[in-house]
Amino acid sequence: MATYTGLSALWFSLIGLLWAGYFFLEGFDFGVGMVSPLVSRDDTDRRLCMNAVGPVWDGNEVWLLVAGGATFAAFPLWYGLLFQGAYLALFLVLLALIARGVSFEFRGKFDDPRWRRVWDVANFAGSLVAALIWGVAFTNFVHGLPLSAAGYTGGLIGLLNPLALVGGLAALAVFAFHGAVFLSLKTSGELMQRAQRVARMAGGAAVILLAATVVAVAAGGRPWQTLAGALPGTVPLVLGVLAVAALATAALLVIRGRDGLAFAGTGAAILLTMGAIFGAMWPAVIPASNGASLALTVGAAASHPYTLEVMTVVAAIFTPLVLLYQGWTYWVFRRRLQRPAAVAAPAPGAGGG
Amino acid sequence: MALDLARWQFAIVTVFHFFFVPMTIGLAFLVAVMQTLALVRKDETWDRLSRFFGRIFLISLAVGVVTGIVLEFEFGLNWSAFSIFVGNIFGAPLAIEGLLAFFLESTFIGLWIFGRERLSPRLHLATIWLVSIGTILSAFFILAANAWMQHPVGYTVEGGQAVLTNFWAVLANSTLWASFLHTVLAALATGGALVLGISVWRVRAAPDDPERAAFRRATAFAAALVLVTVVLTAIAGDFQARLLDVQQPMKMAAAEALYNTQNGASFSLLTIGNLSGQPVFQIRVPHLLSLIADMSWNGQVVGINQMQAAEAAKYGAGNYAPVLWLTYWSFRAMVGAGILMIAVSAWGVWLWWRKQLGAGRWFRRAALAGIVLPIIANASGWIFTEAGRQPWIVYGLMQTAKGVSTVGAGDVALTTAAFVVVYTTLAVLAVVLVLRAARHPFDEIGVPPDDTDTTPATGLVY
Repeated sequence: MATYTGLSALWFSLIGLLWAGYFFLEGFDFGVGMVSPLVSRDDTDRRLCMNAVGPVWDGNEVWLLVAGGATFAAFPLWYGLLFQGAYLALFLVLLALIARGVSFEFRGKFDDPRWRRVWDVANFAGSLVAALIWGVAFTNFVHGLPLSAAGYTGGLIGLLNPLALVGGLAALAVFAFHGAVFLSLKTSGELMQRAQRVARMAGGAAVILLAATVVAVAAGGRPWQTLAGALPGTVPLVLGVLAVAALATAALLVIRGRDGLAFAGTGAAILLTMGAIFGAMWPAVIPASNGASLALTVGAAASHPYTLEVMTVVAAIFTPLVLLYQGWTYWVFRRRLQRPAAVAAPAPGAGGG
Repeated sequence: MALDLARWQFAIVTVFHFFFVPMTIGLAFLVAVMQTLALVRKDETWDRLSRFFGRIFLISLAVGVVTGIVLEFEFGLNWSAFSIFVGNIFGAPLAIEGLLAFFLESTFIGLWIFGRERLSPRLHLATIWLVSIGTILSAFFILAANAWMQHPVGYTVEGGQAVLTNFWAVLANSTLWASFLHTVLAALATGGALVLGISVWRVRAAPDDPERAAFRRATAFAAALVLVTVVLTAIAGDFQARLLDVQQPMKMAAAEALYNTQNGASFSLLTIGNLSGQPVFQIRVPHLLSLIADMSWNGQVVGINQMQAAEAAKYGAGNYAPVLWLTYWSFRAMVGAGILMIAVSAWGVWLWWRKQLGAGRWFRRAALAGIVLPIIANASGWIFTEAGRQPWIVYGLMQTAKGVSTVGAGDVALTTAAFVVVYTTLAVLAVVLVLRAARHPFDEIGVPPDDTDTTPATGLVY
């Protein structure tokens, strides 16, 4: 079978964009969850952090579901082999997403410090675990997995190799930085100042860890590079270096108090990193670290052209609409949150009320 | 072992998810209707009612959303071979569900929760309607995928994969439209039964309390809605039964544990003993099964033994009958719960007609207990639908045993146990929070003191 066709190349790119959009958007949700304990002095601060992403986190998470669904439809083998292979890792992500998903709605339901504590921890731990495992997973993908005919069978332990753990920590730091900058833009007063301080610290760590990951992955080489259509190694490397540069710029901008521009920088760094990852993987969907012929390619995994045509038409019609209304949401909720004058406890059962 | 565990896991995560899905679909619609009445009639009572039930709706939605995330990946986790076989077809509606329904639902729910003070009342009303439309679209597309597993259309099998040849055929599948109507109507009834049970319970307030009048209004509204939607659900279900008779005759026979082909087959209401043809005691309604399956008094209903022989001749040796006690009793649980719902809601409508709503203690108890009826009916209906298709995962094309992932039994056991623990915790929390929300003082809803923290100045809601 040909390595790829035009339509399968399009869907590979679209899935890459969906993941990039997901990490751009939920990246700051995770980041806010992770830095909340660092920037908060009291319950009201923690509440402000959660409300900073309150109106948008659910819509952001749907990018993941659509990436999953699009992979299922456009590349059934990719969907089937990857998820059974990365079984426990994906399971842990799902548990993390459940814990943080309900924390938003549940936290304010009881006026009890221990109850809120539980959901603050759930939000923090859920964000942290999900971010870490996504980082580990994508570092493994871009480095290549040891594959057999049955796909990846190395289990969770096999995924937690030193290189991937560095990648996981890089994801943690980048999202924490991205989230801290987002929080600086969404809050005011002392909370904003503390968010800016955390952003400055996270920025340095994120730059170092992302740079280390880029260097280590690039040094690993790509056995699947010999596949027809593979991009020369310089393309993903340049994208990776640009991502580090964007992140470093953001770190400098944060120091100079230019939070808006810094957010553009952290966002660009995430998008460029995903571009580097998908560029490096192409034309494999599951790259093999142990030989080019073992990689699962775009062409082998792709659905029949008719399915891809149907999906392309549907996506062409509805994606602009989705982007429009999701963008509008951010416009509606563009204002900074204010700390309530009277530090009253949140009304029990608030939400939709 | 891994296969059995994977089946248990899928059953647990889907049935649990589906406790909340119909509730969410139903409540989104009901809250949207209440909020519309509030705006159109400039009516403060409807406004408060929409906020009151809106809180309960959000609890259900939250649990439904997080358990839904699991399902998007469950096929790849535990049913990898199935995913690879059907992805060309099954994946498309799943992806479209995400793009058309999940985005709509999740984005506008954020706008609805946080936008009350930020959007004009009309725009805010539009957001809850878009959420409701999103939930219904979601049902349509996921049922399109499921209907294809029940009755595959618009495909060929090529190189070990089912390949889509006609997308319109998948969307026009008769199985899809029948089950879409049945499922969405049942979902409206589910939301209605919750509103009914809680409202009747709140009508106990002192006669001069405005709360009493408000919840009496909600009770009448919900009773009428449940009555209409359950009757329509039954009609749609009857239509489904006739499709089953043609498309999956084994499932129809298994619903009744009908061993041998009969003309003018009777329907057993209750069987004590075993289902193998020598029951100790049973109550039968003559000709009813023929009527259900074939719409004729003496219509032929094919028996399990005949279907077994026919399928063995067609697909090769093997057991093609589902687990009969499960199909038999799940079907009866569904129908029985539906009939009880008609009784409770008809009682409510009659009391309303007699202007005695809220007076009787017995109706109050029945309506409160009635909250669980649709939950039982929804779960048992799906258990019947899915268990009745066995041994097939895709009817006639792939057997369930062939669809499973290569994951080891230990991993599946571990994740299944973890899901049971997490989901049980979620269920307990959801029930506690709904009970709390159902007790919320009505006069505190929607008045400024309640909303000091949610003014535009702070932007706080959660």
